[in-house]
Amino acid sequence: MEQTNFQLKKQDAQSHEWDARLHRATRATREDWIGRGISYLCIGVIILVVASMLWFITSKGIATFTQNHVSLWKFLSGTNWAPDQGNIGALPMIVGSFAVTFAAAIVATPFAVGTAIFMTEISPNKGRKVLQPVIELLVGIPSVVYGFIGLAVVVPFMRHLVGGSGFGIISATFVLFVMVLPTITTMTVDSLRAVPRHYKEASLALGATRWQTVSRVILRSATPGILTAVIFGMARAFGEALAVQMVIGNAAIMPKNLISPASTLTSQLTTGIGDTIDGTLPNNALWSLALILLLMSLFFNALVRFIAKRGQLKNGR
Amino acid sequence: MGAKRTDFIATVIIDLIVAAVVGILAFLLAYILISGLPHVSWSFLTGTTDAFSGAGGIGVQLFNSFYLLVLTMLISIPISLGAGIYLAEYAKDNWRTSLIRSAIEVLSSLPSVVVGLFGFLLFVVKFKIGFSVISGAIALTFFNLPLLTRNIEESLSAVPRNQREAGLSLGLSKWKTEIGIILPVALPGIVTGIVLSAGRVFGEAAALIYTAGQSAPVTNFSDWNPMDPASPLNPFRPAETLAVHIWKVNTEGLASNAAQLSAAASAVLIIAVLLFNLGARVLGNFLYRRVTASK
Repeated sequence: MEQTNFQLKKQDAQSHEWDARLHRATRATREDWIGRGISYLCIGVIILVVASMLWFITSKGIATFTQNHVSLWKFLSGTNWAPDQGNIGALPMIVGSFAVTFAAAIVATPFAVGTAIFMTEISPNKGRKVLQPVIELLVGIPSVVYGFIGLAVVVPFMRHLVGGSGFGIISATFVLFVMVLPTITTMTVDSLRAVPRHYKEASLALGATRWQTVSRVILRSATPGILTAVIFGMARAFGEALAVQMVIGNAAIMPKNLISPASTLTSQLTTGIGDTIDGTLPNNALWSLALILLLMSLFFNALVRFIAKRGQLKNGR
Repeated sequence: MGAKRTDFIATVIIDLIVAAVVGILAFLLAYILISGLPHVSWSFLTGTTDAFSGAGGIGVQLFNSFYLLVLTMLISIPISLGAGIYLAEYAKDNWRTSLIRSAIEVLSSLPSVVVGLFGFLLFVVKFKIGFSVISGAIALTFFNLPLLTRNIEESLSAVPRNQREAGLSLGLSKWKTEIGIILPVALPGIVTGIVLSAGRVFGEAAALIYTAGQSAPVTNFSDWNPMDPASPLNPFRPAETLAVHIWKVNTEGLASNAAQLSAAASAVLIIAVLLFNLGARVLGNFLYRRVTASK
């Protein structure tokens, strides 16, 4: 009797120990906790950066309206930018930014789509061997180098061609055209490649020529992708600072024509932010320009998402 | 006949467009190299800049560019590696993950001047660190993180599922599987992405103007104590990089030979970026062969 009791106790103790061991986390589990912790921490850092960036720039940008009591409408529609005298009409910069962005996109899109068609439909081999590296190199050239070439080549050229100083929207358009070309081309190539092969085969089998196939079938079904590409290009043009700032002339006045000095949101920011004192109206006004840049970047982002969603719906049907 | 003729004309037009694009690149490269390289000399590469006019050599700027690049990579690689592993391995397909992905997308689409201004606001205005190497490196990290993270995630996700299953079935933890099995396989893609992003960081200027600053104080290159104010390694000194130097010489430089100077500096910058691009390809291929044992 006593012996069995003893045995039972022993068994009990053993099972307790096993129980504890089974319930204790293994080394692998603990490793996994640590690993999970590290990766959560890293993603947390990124989220923190994004959140604080949005918060700081927004709070700085609205100070013009909350602390200096400038009316939002006056800021957006005023054409007189002289922050030292309290005049902060941002319209010249807004118009300048949109003008160079749209002009660059309009010039670059035909080139980009043509190049993309060449790379995917006409000569994939040459496309891979010659054009792929060309595009990659164009992406790799730093923006200050584009600005320098704009200053050394495009501006004098425009001066000869149309007179004036040579600085202006048209010079900026030229520079931005080359800068957004690789962005739009690469993404257009991707969307052309994503067109199902049987679309093309069906069209060719009906006796359509290559151009008929490209223009009526391939481009048609790749339209959402091409639009996305153009928007990405525009986002890049809108946010580009130094290359534009070097060739546009930086005059904060309403652009009367394409060849007179103008300015953009980015160019005004780069030239101005170092000369103003934190917390004053001229400084806050510049942060408001930065806020417009931020909002436009968010807008481009949302637009891309919207188009992607529409494209998916269309293909799903 | 009409359709064939249109087809012919369209093909000719596309050929012309392509010729124009190739021509533009050829012109750009030829212009920079022809007008810049003759002025590149050893004394230009190692000389110091005249602080007032901006004329002179680019030794300090070149060093600053590399130093900033190294610091940026030291900060951004671990963070983006962790974030990439999270997205590839731990993230579930739910609203939280898609929020995180949108945040990363927003960060990557922000103009670099906005990122630079945020760095300026945070480090120079709020923390009062001043224009310094460390402010510049962190601003560049912000700008580099989304691209690297996405690249690492894509490289990790491209690894076949059965490699993961093999690791887990051996009783390894998820983390160990990721670090010990998946990461080495994904390494070629990751390294290519890192080197390419290094090229981007090297040429970036807009994010640095108001963080790393626009002055390059002459440093004492025999003093390698990072705590010493005169040391080139001191992370709290202002550091104008090569790209910022080109911008500055062109916009407010008083040097009489500003065009020559910036052509030469651009040539150096372009060659460095080309080397990064080439290096990415060579290194990626080499690692791929080493890891996959394919010929």
